[in-house]
Amino acid sequence: MIHSLFLINPSGDIFLEKHWKSVVSRSVCDYFLEAKEKALEPEDVPPVIHTPHHYLISIYRDKLFFLSIIQTEVPPLFVIEFLHRIAEMIQDYFGECSETVVKDNMVMVYELLEEMLDNGFPLATESNILKEMIRPPTILRSVVNTLTGTSNVGDTLPTGQLSTIPWRRAGVKYTNNEAYFDVVEEIDAILDQSGTTVFAEIQGVVEACVKLSGMPDLTLSFMNPRLLDDVSFHPCVRYKRWESERVLSFIPPDGNFTLMTYHVNAQNLVAIPVYVKQSISFFESGSGGRLDVTVGPKQTMGKTVEGVMVTVHMPKTILSVNLTATQGSYIYDNGTKLLVWDIGKLNPQKLPNLRGSLSLQAGAPKPEENPSLNIDLKIQQLAISGLKVNRLDMFGEKYKPFKGVKYITKAGKFQVRT
Amino acid sequence: MLNMSTNNLSYNDQGGSDSAVEVGQETTPTTNAGAGFGLFSTNFKKNDDLKEMLESNKDSLKLEAMKRIIALIAKGKNASELFPAVVKNVASKNIELKKLVYVYLVRYAEEQQDLALLSISTFQRALKDPNQLIRASALRVLSSIRVPIIVPIMMLAIKEAASDMSPYVRKTSAHAIQKLYSLDPDQKEHLIEVIEKLLKDKSTLVAGSVVMAFEEVCPDRIDLIHKNYRKLCNLLVDVEEWGQVVIISMLTRYARTQFTSPWKEDGLFDENSERAFYESDEEKTENEKEAKSYMMDPDHRLLLRNTKPLLQSRNTAVVMSVAQLYWHLAPKHEISIVTKSLVRLLRSHREVQYIVLQNIATMSIQRKGMFEPYMKSFYVRSTDATHIKSLKLEILTNLANEANISTILREFQTYVKSQDKQFAAGTIQAIGRCATNISEVTDTCLQGLVLLLSNRDETVVAESVVVIKKLLQTQPTQHSDIIKHMAKLFDNITVPMARASILWLIGEYCERVPKIAPDVLRKMAKTFTSEEDIVKLQTVNLAAKLYLTNSKQTKLLTQYILNLGKYDQNYDIRDRTRFIRQLIVPNEKSGALSKYARRILLAPKPAPVLESAYKDRDRYQLGTLSHTINTKASGYLELSDWPAVAPDQSVRNVEVIEPVKEWTPSLGKSKLSKSSDDKFYSDSGEEEEKEKCSGSSSSDDSSSSSSSEESGSEAESDEEKSSSQSSEESNKSSSQSENSSSESDSEQKKKNATKKPPQKKTVKPTAKDSDSDENGNVAKEASSSSAEESSSGSESGSDADSDSGTEHKKKTKSKAKPKMEVKSKKVVSLLDLDDFTPTPVTQPKSYVLSPSLLGDLEGLSLANVSSTMQVSGPAFVPEKSHDLLHRMTGKGLSAQYQFPRQPCLYQPTMVSVQISLTNTSDHPLEQIHIGDRSPTGLNIYCFNTIECLQPEASVTVSLGIDFNDSTQAANFQLCTKEDQFSVSIQPAVGELFLPITMTEQDFRKEQGKLLGMNESSATITMAAENTTSQPISRQVATVANLGVVPSGQDNLHRFAGKTASSGAVVLVTVELKESSTALITINTEKSVMGPMLLRDLKQALSQA
Repeated sequence: MIHSLFLINPSGDIFLEKHWKSVVSRSVCDYFLEAKEKALEPEDVPPVIHTPHHYLISIYRDKLFFLSIIQTEVPPLFVIEFLHRIAEMIQDYFGECSETVVKDNMVMVYELLEEMLDNGFPLATESNILKEMIRPPTILRSVVNTLTGTSNVGDTLPTGQLSTIPWRRAGVKYTNNEAYFDVVEEIDAILDQSGTTVFAEIQGVVEACVKLSGMPDLTLSFMNPRLLDDVSFHPCVRYKRWESERVLSFIPPDGNFTLMTYHVNAQNLVAIPVYVKQSISFFESGSGGRLDVTVGPKQTMGKTVEGVMVTVHMPKTILSVNLTATQGSYIYDNGTKLLVWDIGKLNPQKLPNLRGSLSLQAGAPKPEENPSLNIDLKIQQLAISGLKVNRLDMFGEKYKPFKGVKYITKAGKFQVRT
Repeated sequence: MLNMSTNNLSYNDQGGSDSAVEVGQETTPTTNAGAGFGLFSTNFKKNDDLKEMLESNKDSLKLEAMKRIIALIAKGKNASELFPAVVKNVASKNIELKKLVYVYLVRYAEEQQDLALLSISTFQRALKDPNQLIRASALRVLSSIRVPIIVPIMMLAIKEAASDMSPYVRKTSAHAIQKLYSLDPDQKEHLIEVIEKLLKDKSTLVAGSVVMAFEEVCPDRIDLIHKNYRKLCNLLVDVEEWGQVVIISMLTRYARTQFTSPWKEDGLFDENSERAFYESDEEKTENEKEAKSYMMDPDHRLLLRNTKPLLQSRNTAVVMSVAQLYWHLAPKHEISIVTKSLVRLLRSHREVQYIVLQNIATMSIQRKGMFEPYMKSFYVRSTDATHIKSLKLEILTNLANEANISTILREFQTYVKSQDKQFAAGTIQAIGRCATNISEVTDTCLQGLVLLLSNRDETVVAESVVVIKKLLQTQPTQHSDIIKHMAKLFDNITVPMARASILWLIGEYCERVPKIAPDVLRKMAKTFTSEEDIVKLQTVNLAAKLYLTNSKQTKLLTQYILNLGKYDQNYDIRDRTRFIRQLIVPNEKSGALSKYARRILLAPKPAPVLESAYKDRDRYQLGTLSHTINTKASGYLELSDWPAVAPDQSVRNVEVIEPVKEWTPSLGKSKLSKSSDDKFYSDSGEEEEKEKCSGSSSSDDSSSSSSSEESGSEAESDEEKSSSQSSEESNKSSSQSENSSSESDSEQKKKNATKKPPQKKTVKPTAKDSDSDENGNVAKEASSSSAEESSSGSESGSDADSDSGTEHKKKTKSKAKPKMEVKSKKVVSLLDLDDFTPTPVTQPKSYVLSPSLLGDLEGLSLANVSSTMQVSGPAFVPEKSHDLLHRMTGKGLSAQYQFPRQPCLYQPTMVSVQISLTNTSDHPLEQIHIGDRSPTGLNIYCFNTIECLQPEASVTVSLGIDFNDSTQAANFQLCTKEDQFSVSIQPAVGELFLPITMTEQDFRKEQGKLLGMNESSATITMAAENTTSQPISRQVATVANLGVVPSGQDNLHRFAGKTASSGAVVLVTVELKESSTALITINTEKSVMGPMLLRDLKQALSQA
């Protein structure tokens, strides 16, 4: 299936290679680099490239290209999903996924890759199993390791792979038993110039951080499961019980994991928490333009809107901006033509406003389309769909766990057309 | 030369150190070896220090060296010269070091084959290690060493590992198969044998890997799959996600060769429901008939049913593979269930979006309806990557129809203004496609496009021109002003394709713009030499056409242009010029052809069809690499067409005997299987009898009575023991058997009672034996005792018989016989399962598997709730049957149903229902089966179609219905060949439970968990006769299928059960108070069922 993997940085240097079958010369990457040259943005590189002898499937993530070499027919999503798992695994182990981190932990990454695939077929991709085989580095452990010469490779053989619940390692023990669930909802929306909603939907995810000893069997139920239109689960969730009773019943993995993602029925009108008043105009003469943006709270259910940020991809011909913000600060990067206005908390009494002039390159024609605004925001203690966790029960263990549920609403792909 | 000698040296050395390991010492390089490497290292100075470190005594130094070496490999640097130094650490005790050496070895073994061989013995030894993980990793590394010499060793190791105890090792061997195959394809035949063996494996761990090996080594050996098909379907949910993808795609191919098409004749394009309207009525009925006659193979249905939950997987590849399975296999009306999940994937990473959108693009061409409700999910955002944008555009265009076109066009308007000009150009093409496909908007689109001609961006204008050209061709009559407008713009347009398009348009419709056309030609004559080739060609074309229509004005111009063309640098243009000249300018050589010049050049041309680039992608299986790149990738396996006639379906039947033996020990809930065993036992006991006509009548009698006894004793085993009832039971079953009368039965019964105590002792070992054989876990007290009783019953039965008239000799014989029978019957009866369902069709035996498997899973999930709760047999089975279909409404077919209160065999969450069908008409009724059901999601396990029911005959079938813990009626259609009758089964709340046994302590504990909201209670006045324990138990058991919990107090009566679907515990307490009042308390988390049950109980207990 997956023959080889190359990690490539944005400037085109191959800094890690791993082969699961025979070795493929790295010159095969030239096809990819060629395609990369052609693309304007790294995102535009086609994920699947067809070369005379190989097929190249790549992802671009965290400013890195993960390029896999395929020789025979395989579902492309299989490879793509796996490449993302690699990136998530690196993130999980080292806190971030970047070129420096991979270079600093070259051996460990290589060992992990070795464990994740056998002959190109995924072998162990559950982070709980991997961590049993190769322990993630901590500051304390690396100090101890250098002093004593011991290593990160687990000396006990992993048993998780053998169990019927491969996502959970055996013999978990905590002094404080706690289970936290974050219900995070994202609003995806497109608003048009007048502020009318063109399209809006809510996507939610239940992130869990479960630190419970032994083999707890948890049941999580919602007050209003009917809201959920479409769901996908971590493999630990018993689908049959969800089908019949609409409760989540599962033996959780240890640590952080995504329990479920869901989509809220689109028929319910989505509450849009903020409104944006904007006017961006360019003078006919082509010498410049004006920008005036105001953000205010709309349907916030009585909560404060925080972390508001407006991002604008300016047209290429904009030379500079001269703006004043009544609240927060703005940054304009002339290289990427990106204007970021960080507002912070929304105060309903005094609405933040950003206005000023834009100047164009001399002689450049007036841009045809106004740039669209991307909004970022966060509302604590609120799930905008109204979803509520009813209760969490634990079976199978004797102790009383500490339980907590947190709700957050965020803007997902929230775009205002102008 | 030097290199070789060092190799030899190190080889010797290696041998030495290897033997050192064998005697159990630490690997320490001898001085001799050090010298050898000293020599070696002079060649490669840079790795000097690494070699020294590897030779040191300290593991930490070695480790450090190995880490640096691995880092070199990871960076793609060559570290092969260190091979000898590394390979001798292969037997190190330090696990991390060992692992790193393995990594190194796998990477370089191919290049240093001779040296690699040194490590083999280490792995061979590890293959015998008691630890399964070590065995597995040894096999993994051994098989990864790509050295042809060791092929026989690998083969041997694989064969051995394939029958290893540990599923993990077996999984590794499945992986090794592929590696060996790629190393030496000649081993194929042997490898197929191993694959065949591993395919039979029942571990979820192995399934994915072995199917992968199958796909790689012998994808054409479909015959290997037959026997494993049902097992794979049933295991699928529990296989790890990567394996699921592989198995699903293999099963898709399999199903396409084995089942008939579920699609109607015109099914492929069946999306257009309009089509059906236009068809003549005759055809329609024909189609309907065809559709009716189609019956889906149960195995086909099994696959669809078992893959459906995987649509909820977090793994996008799994979701996509289920989607393609439905696309290629499901009946057309069921395909749309995948829509939601596919749209969900659009939230995922960009690359995932790309693949999913591609597949949706292909799907949306054939079936717009599937994605139309989700149209807005395909709206483009300015932040999308270019290829995502164009795919979304493609899909939006595919989805456009009369109803939504205005919305889509409004959306397109925004896109046209996009800063991404390539995307804007794509949008214009999309508008063009919408305009041709939907005639209502053609004019609007055309006008919009004309407005775009004044756009400042060149690519937009050029694209507009091209699209307008195509549109005008479709309806050229009324658009001369657009052509004029374009002619005016001509000077400002520089994109060659656009210029060429305008020239072509003017040429084609030159008669409509008689004044402008010659003028354009004049301008072109001026700039001809500086134009692009494509424009030159169109200029020549224009000149020729004008010459034919308006030679007076353009003769000279044409001559001039033809002369220019004659000496052009491009041969195509010279060629064309020559050709045109011969054609249009008549001379003596031109012959007959020039007469037709006008008809040749100005022939009406068919309008181009603007269609999707994804039009023909459906020839590839969706979700494959080939589909993505739109060419056949190497190793792509074609999806075959449906066979016209389904191949024999019996090939998938599996011998049940083996799986049952295998399965039962692992049952989490032994009781479940126990009770089902019992059922088989009692049912088929008689059947067996009939087959087995041999033997004395006495033994016949004895075993039939044994079965009847058993069903009786089962009821007895619970507290409630009413003799009348048990005799009723035994009567019922004995009346079915041929040669035992009720008289002798009761006689036996008496004798049983007297003879029991002494018999029990002798029989006990047998009963115990068979019991522990069947379920490895400790058998429950109740179950073992019931088994005991049953076998003792049979014993005594035979005794009774022999007493009543046979000699002593026979007595001993018959005494021995039942003992054997108890054992053998269990096995045989399981084999004869077919008899359980009424029709002796080749009923898929795997259904026997599936309940036990599900039971297994159920056991997993519930085991933690309380290990002390066990499902027990029903305390009481009400005789009452309900009318399902009256014979008057059923045109002679009458049906009655009752609840046998047995755990459902097919799925533990179902409630089993027995339906007795009687034919009261005077002609045979054919093909009785279950048709449509509502609510549509209703999960019914149907009985097999009854081919024929003779007049006056009746048959009893059993059905499983998942009521989902609600008393909502299950509506479905009972169909015969001619008719369909809508019927409904409404369960009383009490039928939705399964009785469980538990101790008093457990009861209290469970009750403690279910207080407050979950408790409902009422005080009632009891009917006079209901004040003692027996009547109360009977009344409660009549109302609800609950088990009795032993109680320490006289005035407290406890009953426990769980709901069938969700397994929620239901606890009932009846507390007798003074003056014949009683307090009924019900504890259950099912807040609806509690009060309903309370109401029923109140009613039952307060009246006689």
